[in-house]
Amino acid sequence: MIPASFDYVRAKSLRDALNAIGTDGTKVLAGGHSLIPMMRFRLAQPGRLLDIGQLAELKGIDLKGRGARIGAGTSYRELLDSPELAERYPLIAEATRGIGDVQVRNRGTIGGGLAHADPASDMPAVMLALGATFNLRSKGGKRSVAAADFFTGAFTTALASDELLIDIALPAPPKKAGMAYASFEQKASGYAIAAAAAVVTKSRKTITGVTLALTGVGDRAYLADASGAVGSHGDDAALEAAVANVTKGIDVNGDIHASVEYRSHLARVVARRAIALALSRAG
Amino acid sequence: MATLFGSGIKRREDPRLITGSGTFTDDIKLPGLTFAAMVRSPYAHATIRKIDTAAAAQAPGVIAVITGKDIAGKVGPVPCAFNVPNCDLKLPPHPALATNKVRYVGDAVAMIVATSRAAARDAVDLVDVDYDPLPATVDPEKAVQPGTAQLHDEVPGNVAFTWHVAGGDADQAFAQAAVKVSLRIVQQRLLPTAMEPRSAVASYNKATGQLTLWATSQNPHIHRFLTSVTLGLPEHKIRVISPDVGGGFGSKIPGYADEFLVAYAAMTLGRSVKWTEDRSENYTVTTHGRDHVEYVEMCGTGDGTITGLRTKIHAGLGAYASTAAPGVPTILHGLMYSGAYTIPNVKGTVIGAYTNTTPVDAYRGAGRPEATYLIERLVDCYARRIGMDPALVRRKNLIPADKMPYTVATGITYDSGDYHAALDKAMELIDYRGFRERQEKARKDGHYLGIGVSSYTEICGLGPSQVAGQIGFGGGLYESAIVRVYPTGMVRAYIGTRPHGQGEETTFAQIVADEFGVPIENVEIVAGDTESTPQGWGTYGSRTTAVGGAALKNAAVKVKEKAKKLAAHLLEANEADLEWHDGKFQVKGSPAQAKAFGELALMANVAWNMPAGMEPGLEASAFFDPTNFVFPYGTHIATVDVDLETGEVTVLRYVCVDDCGPHINPMIVEGQVHGGVIQGVGEALQEIAVYSDDGQLMTGTMMDYAVPKASQMPTIESHFTYTPTPVNPLGVKGIGEAGTIGSVPCIVNAVVDALAPLGITHIDKPLTPARVWAAIQQAKGGAR
Ligand SMILES: Cc1cc2nc3c(=O)[nH]c(=O)nc-3n(C[C@H](O)[C@H](O)[C@H](O)COP(=O)(O)OP(=O)(O)OC[C@H]3O[C@@H](n4cnc5c(N)ncnc54)[C@H](O)[C@@H]3O)c2cc1C
Repeated sequence: MIPASFDYVRAKSLRDALNAIGTDGTKVLAGGHSLIPMMRFRLAQPGRLLDIGQLAELKGIDLKGRGARIGAGTSYRELLDSPELAERYPLIAEATRGIGDVQVRNRGTIGGGLAHADPASDMPAVMLALGATFNLRSKGGKRSVAAADFFTGAFTTALASDELLIDIALPAPPKKAGMAYASFEQKASGYAIAAAAAVVTKSRKTITGVTLALTGVGDRAYLADASGAVGSHGDDAALEAAVANVTKGIDVNGDIHASVEYRSHLARVVARRAIALALSRAG
Repeated sequence: MATLFGSGIKRREDPRLITGSGTFTDDIKLPGLTFAAMVRSPYAHATIRKIDTAAAAQAPGVIAVITGKDIAGKVGPVPCAFNVPNCDLKLPPHPALATNKVRYVGDAVAMIVATSRAAARDAVDLVDVDYDPLPATVDPEKAVQPGTAQLHDEVPGNVAFTWHVAGGDADQAFAQAAVKVSLRIVQQRLLPTAMEPRSAVASYNKATGQLTLWATSQNPHIHRFLTSVTLGLPEHKIRVISPDVGGGFGSKIPGYADEFLVAYAAMTLGRSVKWTEDRSENYTVTTHGRDHVEYVEMCGTGDGTITGLRTKIHAGLGAYASTAAPGVPTILHGLMYSGAYTIPNVKGTVIGAYTNTTPVDAYRGAGRPEATYLIERLVDCYARRIGMDPALVRRKNLIPADKMPYTVATGITYDSGDYHAALDKAMELIDYRGFRERQEKARKDGHYLGIGVSSYTEICGLGPSQVAGQIGFGGGLYESAIVRVYPTGMVRAYIGTRPHGQGEETTFAQIVADEFGVPIENVEIVAGDTESTPQGWGTYGSRTTAVGGAALKNAAVKVKEKAKKLAAHLLEANEADLEWHDGKFQVKGSPAQAKAFGELALMANVAWNMPAGMEPGLEASAFFDPTNFVFPYGTHIATVDVDLETGEVTVLRYVCVDDCGPHINPMIVEGQVHGGVIQGVGEALQEIAVYSDDGQLMTGTMMDYAVPKASQMPTIESHFTYTPTPVNPLGVKGIGEAGTIGSVPCIVNAVVDALAPLGITHIDKPLTPARVWAAIQQAKGGAR
């Protein structure tokens, strides 16, 4: 478990970091909880690590207005330590509590989790369900990418090699929305075999809107169509029907932990459970 | 002074171990230490065309690159030391470094020695091995079918042995039986996963010819012997030290190539050498457990009397026979085919198979969990077939207390026990009848609850040395201890076993302190260094207390007898007139005339006034060779809730009633049960080592191999009955493995019970949600 040898530099400022990134063999290090394990297995052998973990510019949760802005370097622990964030976006807290263990949550960052884009990680689905926008920056400029356009495949994103994820902008949640995260975990890793993030609105007893995102199922987290639930009261049969096609068009993973068929089934189960739970919290 | 025997005092070893103050093998630092790393085969089966070490040899920090050619004639084959008789056992050579052929992923082909661990690791990638891959075989049943890849020229058909066991007349019992049930059972391969990976450090003094080997060992004296044989070094020139050991579960019994190579490198390079495996290496080269494919059947009467059991077992040994491997699926397994019952007719065939996988050896329970599991699964199937409650079938067939000691069909004699008492107590504690009613109701509401019972007995406290000889075990199975009392009355006791987490530093001190009436702080237990400790055979087979504890007790008794003679002399009294009271020998009826243990220790050690003919000093050694094994037993019952939609199993309650005789330290006994049950629940629900067809270990990290986590485990309600064994002076039986043995079937029985309304009669463990779900789909006619 010894990584290949590498250089280590700690960025002193964001500008410093943007100048250094993109040079050959340089890899950004945030909390290190995805990158370091890969290096220890020698699956990644970067020549140089650029540590952005100390950059104040990347940290913090800003709740001014009705949305939120979360610095990419904010740790899972810091997300959980904000009651205001949990109140506005209970989905974030619910999903974050299930990520890894105490150590992972203390060190791992939301930006690292998103940039790493593990097909089974939790935060991408949460960001999709909340309609997040990711603000990226390079030496040459800035741009914003919608979460729906950010995840491009297993461990790949829209980030260019000289770009950093700076922060995440969340729109105001729909009024009186209910949110829920339902994950079916692989027992060894604790990662999701399939997990669903749902945001549901209703009017009286009728569902008026459902946003559903799934992770763990295919090569990346994705928004799934559960609009069939709209107009129903969310009874079992209606939800069952609404989630029947959530893996349609997805190349579902099969591995030693779950066959394609079982994972597809679980995707429907967690989708239904997340919507039902979110509905019970709406209003 | 209150006696310490029976007191649940905290473990004395824990402050050291949990504050980072222990010394593990990898903590050993020596001047000029060098570091080794192994080059291992990425193929399960391949011919080696060429090994090019040139680039590695020139890499920075590299001192030596050693291959199989270099060690030819210097490091012998890795030995197997359990030569089970009458089974045509074939032990093909197991080279420490492969030269012509690799036979599993992880088989070592070269060893790098370098000035740092990182340099050694970097150089591993520079060794260029030209492999010619061959077809592989990984399944113990398929491996012995015609047309399968062949591992060893010496072993046609990959059949390592064919072992038979029989008692009574099983064939006749089956021919006459009213009811027969049969199952095909896969007992999956498991990864022992000791918290501390294996490690070895060697240092050699060329002038004296003295080799010192620090190693993660459950049995340092066996390692000294194996090192002597493998390296051709005189045994008295070898000192093996196993310092603190972070668990083993059987995986630190065997002699591995790695330790011998480290010793060889230290001898040839004139530098001390350290090697420590990482977790991935631990998973690919340290021995695995279980790996059976079984065809088993049970027969009986229509009203619940079991009359016979037959088995045909395919037992995987992996690529080579590890140190104790042949004994595990045979002696330690087949002799237990009557289980806790009076089953009069048993017959079994065990076919050992070489496969292109990591060697399999003892893993917590070693052979007995496999026996208990197949018996207990069959009992449930039989009960269901005759429409009788499985708990009642057990009650009807358990060996009655008044028949003890009881000789079972295979010829071994169970020492003591009231098996019914444990079953009844467990059923009462879990409210068996009440649960059956709730289950009935829940089913009507579409909830699938289940209850599973497992009544076990197991053979441990290994064992009489004479039997060891008869069954082909390459050593004795007695234990020894030295008790040495210093002038100030402080005591050090040296033991031949090597506790590595089980708590004997505490329980053994309790035994000695009690004997001498001194505070426990005055007693130190020393284990693990062959230089100071007397010959012993190690810690496994739940033998440390039942055998080693008895040796220690006897040594302490000898010391006390000598102290008594000295007291009589000093008090000018007759020995017969002395009585032991509160740490003193005193004259009966005249308690003022007394000699305390401390005073006697001083007088013995200064020897100013010894009785005629008595040697100075106060110490004694004792050997204890038991007359029989011991047989702890009990009943475990679990209740479960199965989510039909996902296949997820939730254990609602877990009740166990175990009997291991009297408890020296009840807290430690309970801890052993907890640990054992957790490993058993892990085996039942989630642990499995998976190989791909071409021999790649698919569960090579903890991200894929599901070691139980605290949050995944049920609360364990641990209870006991207390039946002493007549086999040793303490009356104690082993409890290290009982939890694992008892737990696996009760969980599986509970899940199958929950799903019985769907017509499900068996699901192979581990009962992962995926497997349970698939079984449910199949039962529902989904034909998936
Ligand atoms: C034992 C364990 C259990 C885990 N369990 C879970 C789980 O249940 N669910 C889950 O979702 N995750 C889980 N994780 C993963 C964890 O969430 C990730 O480690 C973490 O989110 C990644 O963040 P990091 O700060 O550690 O990133 P790092 O490991 O430092 O970096 C990850 C990648 O992102 C890049 N990167 C980091 N920050 C930026 C940035 N600002 N801009 C551009 N690129 C960047 C890095 O270059 C690297 O490629 C687990 C990890 C471990 C070790």
